[in-house]
Amino acid sequence: MKDLLWLIPLFPLLGAAVNGLVGNRRGWSRRTTSAVALTGSGLALAAALAAIADWAASVGTAAVHVNRVFTWIPAGFGHTTDGLLANLTIDFALRIDALSAVMLFFVTFVGFLIHVYSVGYMHGEGERPYARYFAYLNLFMFAMLTLVLGANLAVMFVGWEGVGLCSYLLIGFFFEKDWCASAGKKAFIVNRIGDFGFLLAIFWTVKVFGTVDFAALQAAIESDPARFAAAATPIALLLFVGAVGKSAQLPLYVWLPDAMAGPTPVSALIHAATMVTAGVYMVARTNFIFRLSPTAMLVVAVVGGLTAVFAATIGLAQNDIKKVLAYSTVSQLGYMFLAAGAGAFSAGMFHVFTHAFFKACLFLGAGSVIHACSGNQDMRTMGGLKKHMPTTYWTFLVATLALAGVPPLAGFFSKDEILAKVFAAGSGDLYGFGTVYLLLWALGLAGAFMTAFYMFRLVHTTFHGEFRGTHEQAHHLHESPKSMTVPLQILAAGSIAAGFLGMGMFGPKLNWFEGLLHPVAAPVEIEGHHVGVGVEWLLIALSVGVALSGIWLATRWYFGPEAFARPQRFAERFPGLVTTVANKYYVDEAYDATVVAGTMKLARGSWEFDARVVDGAVNGARHLTVATSFFSGLFDLNVVDGLVNLVAAAYGWASRGLRRVQWGVAQGYALVMTVGFVLMVAAALWLGR
Amino acid sequence: MISTAHVLVLSLALFTLGVVGMAVRRNFITVLMCVELILNAANLNFIAFSRQLGDLTGQVFAVFVITIAAAEAAIGLGIIVALVRLKQTVNLDQVNVMEG
Amino acid sequence: MTWFLVHFAEIVFYSLAAVALAGAVGVIAFRSPVHAALSLLGTFLAVAGVFVLMQAEFLAAVQVLVYAGGVMVLFLFVIMLVKARDIPDEPQYVRRLVPAAVGLGALLAALVGVGIWAASGGLPADGAALRMVAGAPLGNTEAVGWSLYRDYLLPFEVVSIVLLVAMIGAIVMGRKESGRGGAA
Repeated sequence: MKDLLWLIPLFPLLGAAVNGLVGNRRGWSRRTTSAVALTGSGLALAAALAAIADWAASVGTAAVHVNRVFTWIPAGFGHTTDGLLANLTIDFALRIDALSAVMLFFVTFVGFLIHVYSVGYMHGEGERPYARYFAYLNLFMFAMLTLVLGANLAVMFVGWEGVGLCSYLLIGFFFEKDWCASAGKKAFIVNRIGDFGFLLAIFWTVKVFGTVDFAALQAAIESDPARFAAAATPIALLLFVGAVGKSAQLPLYVWLPDAMAGPTPVSALIHAATMVTAGVYMVARTNFIFRLSPTAMLVVAVVGGLTAVFAATIGLAQNDIKKVLAYSTVSQLGYMFLAAGAGAFSAGMFHVFTHAFFKACLFLGAGSVIHACSGNQDMRTMGGLKKHMPTTYWTFLVATLALAGVPPLAGFFSKDEILAKVFAAGSGDLYGFGTVYLLLWALGLAGAFMTAFYMFRLVHTTFHGEFRGTHEQAHHLHESPKSMTVPLQILAAGSIAAGFLGMGMFGPKLNWFEGLLHPVAAPVEIEGHHVGVGVEWLLIALSVGVALSGIWLATRWYFGPEAFARPQRFAERFPGLVTTVANKYYVDEAYDATVVAGTMKLARGSWEFDARVVDGAVNGARHLTVATSFFSGLFDLNVVDGLVNLVAAAYGWASRGLRRVQWGVAQGYALVMTVGFVLMVAAALWLGR
Repeated sequence: MISTAHVLVLSLALFTLGVVGMAVRRNFITVLMCVELILNAANLNFIAFSRQLGDLTGQVFAVFVITIAAAEAAIGLGIIVALVRLKQTVNLDQVNVMEG
Repeated sequence: MTWFLVHFAEIVFYSLAAVALAGAVGVIAFRSPVHAALSLLGTFLAVAGVFVLMQAEFLAAVQVLVYAGGVMVLFLFVIMLVKARDIPDEPQYVRRLVPAAVGLGALLAALVGVGIWAASGGLPADGAALRMVAGAPLGNTEAVGWSLYRDYLLPFEVVSIVLLVAMIGAIVMGRKESGRGGAA
C-alpha cells in the first residue's frame, strides 16, 4: 500500500467527480450523494491507514518513502546561480514520512468525521446544493492530501492552490447572500498574496538549487550549508509569506474570521483543522531551509507570537460564537509558528495535531448549537443550552478544557511544550536573539491566559444560565441527530487522548511524538543548553496556573447570578479599549481605507484617464477620419470597386473550371489519390536510384 | 524457402487488383470488398518483412490492421444500410449530391 | 519425387498465390455480390495459408476467424439485406473510369515491380525470432501475445477504443428512424 499512495487522494477526487459532474446535474437524492461522498472520504481514510501501517512496518518510521507517479515537467538543462548545469525534471511524486504520515492520519480521520457530521448538518439543503457541497468537500480532501503527500514544492503547490480554491468555493457556498460571496472573494484574494510569495520561493529554489524535490534540496543543503546560507533567507521568507497567507497570520489574517460565512462543518474542516495548518506543515516540511537562516526563524517566531496574542485579544470581545472560535484559531496558529520559529518544529506540528481534534470538536459543537438555534450565531441570545443538548455541552466542555490547556487534556501537552521550547530558546540565547524569545514567551503566556478566558466566556454565555432568545427559538431547542453527535464524541475522545502521544519528557530525552518526527524535522539544537528539571516543573505549574486563572476570571464574570454585571462595569470604565477590541482594532477598516481604497482610486484614475485622454484622442481621430473619408469615398467608388469587381469576375472564371474537379464520383476521387500514390512511388524510385 | 520478393509480388498483385476493382465497380458492397483486398495485401507485406527482419513488430501491426479492417467493414456496411434506406440504391455513381 | 519434396514450400506457395489472385479477380469480375463475396473468401483463406508459410501461425488463425468468419458473414448479411432492391440488369462497371483505372493500375504495378526487382533483398531470417518469448523459444501465439501486451499495450487499448467507436457508429447509422423522429 505504501507504493500506492496516489490512491489516497484519488478516492475523494472520484467522489467529487461523481457528485459534482453527475449527481449535481441529475439531482440525486441526498442519500445517494452522501453515500458517494462518504465512500470517497472513507476509502481515503482506509487507504491512508493502510499506507501508514505498511510504511511503518516495512521500512520503519524513520524512513522516507517516495512514489514517483509520473514525470510531470521535464524542463531540461539550465544553469543555477552558481553556474552549475542542472537538469530540472519535476516528477509528480508523493512522499510518506513521519511528517506527512501525521498529517495524513488526522486529515483523513477528521475529514471523514466531518463528512459524517455534514450529512446531518446539511440535510436542510436542497438536493443540488447538497451534491455541490459534498463535491466541494471531497475535492478539498483531494487537494489537501495532494498538498500533504507532495514530494516536491511543485506538487505541494498544486495541493496548496487546490485547497485555496475549495476554501473559496465553500466559503461562498451560500453565494446568493452577498456577504458570503464577498467573504469568499476576500479569502481568495488575500490568499493570493501569500500564494504569490510561495510561487516566487519555488522559482528562487529552482534558480538556486536546480531542483524542487524535498529530498534533493535537503541533501544539497546538508552537503554544503555554507554555500546556500545566503540564498536561504530570501527563500525561507518568501515561503513564509505563503504560510502567512494560508495560515492567517499577521498581517494577512483578515480573511479567516470572514471565512466563517461558510457552512460550519467547512469552518471546522478547512478553517480550523486542516487547511490553515498547511502553512505550519510547509514550514516544518522545509525546515532544512529555515534553520539555515536565523533571520527567517526570528521573523517566523515574532509573527507567530504577535499573532497569538493579537488574535486572542480580539477573541475576548466577540459575540458571534463562530467568530470567537475563528480568532482562537488564528491565535493558536500563531503558537504553532512561534514554536517553529523557536526551532521546535515537532512541537509546532504536535500542536497542529492536537489542535485539529479539539478545534474541530469546538466548531462542530458550535455548529450543533447554531443548528439548534435555527441559524442564530449571536451568543448574547443564547444561554442555558446545557439541559437541551447535553452531548454537545459535554463534548464542547472537554474540547474547551483542552484548548485552555488544562492537564491532562491534549492542548495542555502541546501548548506547554511550545512555551517550554520558546523559553529554552530564550534562556539558551538561540541565534543570539535570546531576549526576543523571552519576550515572545511572556506574550505566549499572556495569550494562554486570554485563551482560557475567552473560551470559558463562550461556554458560560452559551450553555449556562437562562436562555435569552425568543419563545419560538426556545421551543425549537433540541439535541442534534446521531450523525452529528457521534463525530463530536469521537473528536472529544481524541481531544483527551491525543496529548499523551507527546507527553513531556524532561531534559534532553525526546517524547514519542518528537522521536517520531526527529528524522525529518529535528529541532534546532542549542549548543550545550538544557533547561533543568526544576525549571520545567516551574514552567508547567506556571502555564497551568495561567490557564486556571483565566478560567476563574471568566467564571467570576460570566457565571452565576452576578453574570454580565462585572463585564458591564468594566466596559463602562474603559469604553475606548472595549470598542476598539470589539471592532477588531479597525484592521478591516484600515485595509479598506488603504489597500482597497487605493485600488479603487487607481481604478477610478484609470477610468478618468480612459474617459479624458483616450476618448479625447478617439474623438480627434474621428474628426480626422470624417475629413479623409470624403476623399477616400471618391477613390473607393472608382478604383477600389473596380478592383473588387475584377477579383469577383476572376473567381467566377476560375470556379467554372475548378468545379469540374468535384464531379461527384467517389471512386474517381480514389483514383486521383492513386495518381498521387503512383507519383510518390516514382519519386521514391527516382531518388533511390 | 520462399523469398520475400515472392510474397511482395503476390501482395503487389492483390493490391493492384484491389485498387482497380475499387475504382471500377459500381456496387458499393464490392468496392468495400476491394478495400479488404488492399488491406490484405498490406498485411502480406507486414508479415513478409516481419520474417525477413526477424522482428515481431510486423505481426503485431498486422493484428492492428485486421482490427481496423473489421471496424472499417462495420462502418462501411452501416453506411450501405443507411444509403439503401435513403436512396434505394447501392450504386456509388448514383450518389452524387456533391457534384459541382 | 525428390524435386517435389525439395520444392514443397514453393509448390504450396504458388498454389495459394494462384487461388488468392483468382479470388481477387473474381471479386472484380463476378456480377453477383454473393459470388464476389465467396470469391473474396477464397482469397482470404489463401492469404491465411501464405501467413502460415511466413511463420505467422497466430495471424493465420486470426485471419480465418476475423475475416473468413466475422467480416464475411457481415458482408453476406448486408448483401441479403439489400438484395431485394438491387437490380441485377444494370451495368456493373463505372464505364468512364475503367480505362483510367486499368492504366493507373498497370503503371503502379510496373513501378512497384521495378522497385521490388531492384531491391537486393537479403536472405530472409529463419523466423526463429518470431517465436521467442523473453529469450526462450515458445510458440508464435505466445510471442505475439507478449509483444502485444507488453510493448504495444497502449496502441492495443487505443485500437480497442477505435473498435468501440466503429461499433457505436454502425449502430447509429443502422438505426431505423433518424434522431429527429422523421421516418426514413
